[in-house]
Amino acid sequence: MSIVLRFTPNLARHLDCPDARVAAETLHDALDQYFRQNPSVRGYVLDDQGMVRKHVAIFINQALISDRIGLTDKIDAGDEIFVMQALSGG
Amino acid sequence: MSNRLLIGTQKGLFRIARDDKGRWAMHDSRFIGDPVSLVLSEPGSRRLHAAFALGHFGVKMQRSEDGGASWQEAPVPGYPEKPADIEDKDPMRGIDIPWSTQLIWSMALGGTPNELWCGTIPGGLFRSVDGGDNWTLIRALWDDPRRRQWMGGGYDFAGIHSILVDPRDPAHITVAISVGGVWTTHDAGTNWTLIGNGLRNDYTPPGMGENPLMQDPHRVVQCPTAPDRLWMQHHNGIFVSDNGGIDWRELTDVPPSAFGFAVVVHPDEPDTAWFVPAAKDEQRVPVDARLVVTRTRDGGRSFDVLGNGLPDEPAYDLIYRHAFDISADGERLAFGSTTGGLWVSENRGDDWQCVSTHLPPINSVCFEMD
Repeated sequence: MSIVLRFTPNLARHLDCPDARVAAETLHDALDQYFRQNPSVRGYVLDDQGMVRKHVAIFINQALISDRIGLTDKIDAGDEIFVMQALSGG
Repeated sequence: MSNRLLIGTQKGLFRIARDDKGRWAMHDSRFIGDPVSLVLSEPGSRRLHAAFALGHFGVKMQRSEDGGASWQEAPVPGYPEKPADIEDKDPMRGIDIPWSTQLIWSMALGGTPNELWCGTIPGGLFRSVDGGDNWTLIRALWDDPRRRQWMGGGYDFAGIHSILVDPRDPAHITVAISVGGVWTTHDAGTNWTLIGNGLRNDYTPPGMGENPLMQDPHRVVQCPTAPDRLWMQHHNGIFVSDNGGIDWRELTDVPPSAFGFAVVVHPDEPDTAWFVPAAKDEQRVPVDARLVVTRTRDGGRSFDVLGNGLPDEPAYDLIYRHAFDISADGERLAFGSTTGGLWVSENRGDDWQCVSTHLPPINSVCFEMD
């Protein structure tokens, strides 16, 4: 199955994070695949414990994910994952 | 004698340079918009390390090999996976301490080639032996059960803001923690001793004021040529030690105030140190809105109040821990404020030159080492 992963342009200020297509059934696996190809992006999205950073938000299609700790949210073919900076803090 | 300054601010990194007429002025800027928490310059090279606390995307490091003309992203000290069965809560707030780097709050060159030390919030001390390519958490300090009594001071969680590497012995490291006292190791981090006889605070309940673990050293510095002499700007005042921090004496008669955050010591004259005072902890502005620097040249028996060249008009500048630096020859001083003021002295603080009053809030001031 093909999932589209996109990142906020604000992240591109700091490093190269191209859009990508991955095949996965959970958010965790989708991000993991992406980070294997783009290892420097991991620390911008996840903290040292692998949780979503406090001021980062992740949407699947147009809904915020529900599990920011384990990233267990399910994804289906055709879904779009969007990583953005939360509109708080920062 | 350094003719260059690196200024880490809440909105970028600025290089300041001295021209041949003695004027200090902006040379260039980098990383505009990004919060820079700290800059470290390595002597004998043009290598720099800069630490960032990006609001959204976490702590980052950059390294330069050419004095800041170009930068490359570098690895960040990271915490190991937190075991599921460990409860680790801030004692003041009762909330979980994140096992994740929140802020790089101190960096120091080690005493062996390519060795670096790094202090962080939430309290981890890290060591690198390869110039910062890899970092290792010093587990003995992190796992010490007394760490559970460390508290945040200003920030939500405790942190290491001062790292002293004994020039006589690279395995003798002393660190200071807000709020968690002063700790020292003689074996590069395997065994730690909590030190600090004579420190005291007024902010804890009766009977706890002299507990070394409850102390809030704001900043501790070491005289490089007399390493047993330490100076401390503490939340409660100014303290000085003659035996590497084991015992301290408090200096109480300090005009106009003994409260502040920053301190620097002369590299060759252990009795000479400078401070930038604020009124008191609940009023963190200069006394009577008059920005001054205080200097002792006799080990703290007396202090000069220095203001020549500092603002005549009311000023509300506060100087953070790492925003005060002294050049390697001990002649030049520079400090930057939370309201974006930057001043330089070329004669040990007798006279000051204003470089700017319009920079972003300043976190870190660093002379580039020659």
